Amino acid sequence: MRILLSGTRGSLASSGPDTVEYGGDTASIHVTAADRHIVLDAGSGIRRLSQAVEGQSRVDVLLTHLHMDHIQGLGFFSPMFNPEVEVHIWGPGSAEFTLEQLLGRYLSPPLFPVHIRELSSVVLHDTNPGTFELGPITVSADYVCHPGATLGYRLEIDGKSMAYLPDHEPALGVEHFPADPEWTSGYDLMVDTDVLIHDAQYTDDEYAERQGWGHSTFDQALDIAELCGVGSLVTFHHDPGHDDKMLNTIAANMRSHPLPFELIPGRAGTTIEV
Amino acid sequence: MTQPIELILLRQWSTYQAIPVWIIDINGDLLFYNEAAEATLGLRYEEAGAIHASEMADIFQTTALDGSAIPSENLPIVIALRDRHPAHGELRIKAGDGVARHLHITAFPVEGLSDRHLGAVAMFWEEPIP
Repeated sequence: MRILLSGTRGSLASSGPDTVEYGGDTASIHVTAADRHIVLDAGSGIRRLSQAVEGQSRVDVLLTHLHMDHIQGLGFFSPMFNPEVEVHIWGPGSAEFTLEQLLGRYLSPPLFPVHIRELSSVVLHDTNPGTFELGPITVSADYVCHPGATLGYRLEIDGKSMAYLPDHEPALGVEHFPADPEWTSGYDLMVDTDVLIHDAQYTDDEYAERQGWGHSTFDQALDIAELCGVGSLVTFHHDPGHDDKMLNTIAANMRSHPLPFELIPGRAGTTIEV
Repeated sequence: MTQPIELILLRQWSTYQAIPVWIIDINGDLLFYNEAAEATLGLRYEEAGAIHASEMADIFQTTALDGSAIPSENLPIVIALRDRHPAHGELRIKAGDGVARHLHITAFPVEGLSDRHLGAVAMFWEEPIP
């Protein structure tokens, strides 16, 4: 399994001279395994993946949720407009609306010139908690703690695994975090994975003012990775206000204590082999 | 196994409530009750932990206000779980501390996204017994 981090920023694209190293594009990851091409989330980082999947007859896009920073790149992902390519989009509906109805709010005028229903090669899958197969890859999905219907994903193939929870606040309302695994959001998705890509948006001070917004601190990301016994933790969903200098300082601080896993600061362009 | 996020959030919410709250899962097992419920039920969650549905009748003795027996299928939380609609009732309960209490109970089903029936929640109001 090969994992390419194409967009690692959270909330808002924030390209500029101060974010060159970690990147300014919002969430999008390219996973390749056994000739399957899976894209996790469709933030602005998905635009660069158009080339990476060129020549493929099928691409699966797994959306965690439909906040703008996770879907805003969809309309700029060229396979969507190529009738030779099947683009299967997986993601959560809501209590009252289907995935197509919800995505159609963005991919329709006046916000976008083309309506999603006009894209004949796009196949939408309302995705519920559970497991499904993409060829030899087993995908597990479950709702996790974030405002609105939000899925986390676990991908497994040949005994290798990764989990992707880019927007996740498992510490919300928990008196002593991390708590019992039975009562920890997303635990089953993350436990014993080789690579965990997890929300690490806030400093402790920022979190104190933003509880309930659906994100984790750097320390909470470390705690959840340790609780779940992962092989590597990739910090993800960087706050748009955090520049390269700040993120490198935080990564250095995180490494100042012995960690029972490898810490990989989520820099756009990083490739991870599992 | 991790509980569904809907039950996790209900548990977290209940810990911030001063009203007694019970959370049961789809099997009728009592997964969690908050501090206010501990006082009402005379039993500490940290000591008792989750309680299997089959053990509930032994731990919580429920009767009608006149002392007559109540079939378990008529309890509000059982109705909410079985029929997937809210239910309300009054009863007497005697739990861990042996004290009989007059409770008003409102129960509602937990219906998650993707049409998942996940359990039920009961909230209690205690009325002093004259």
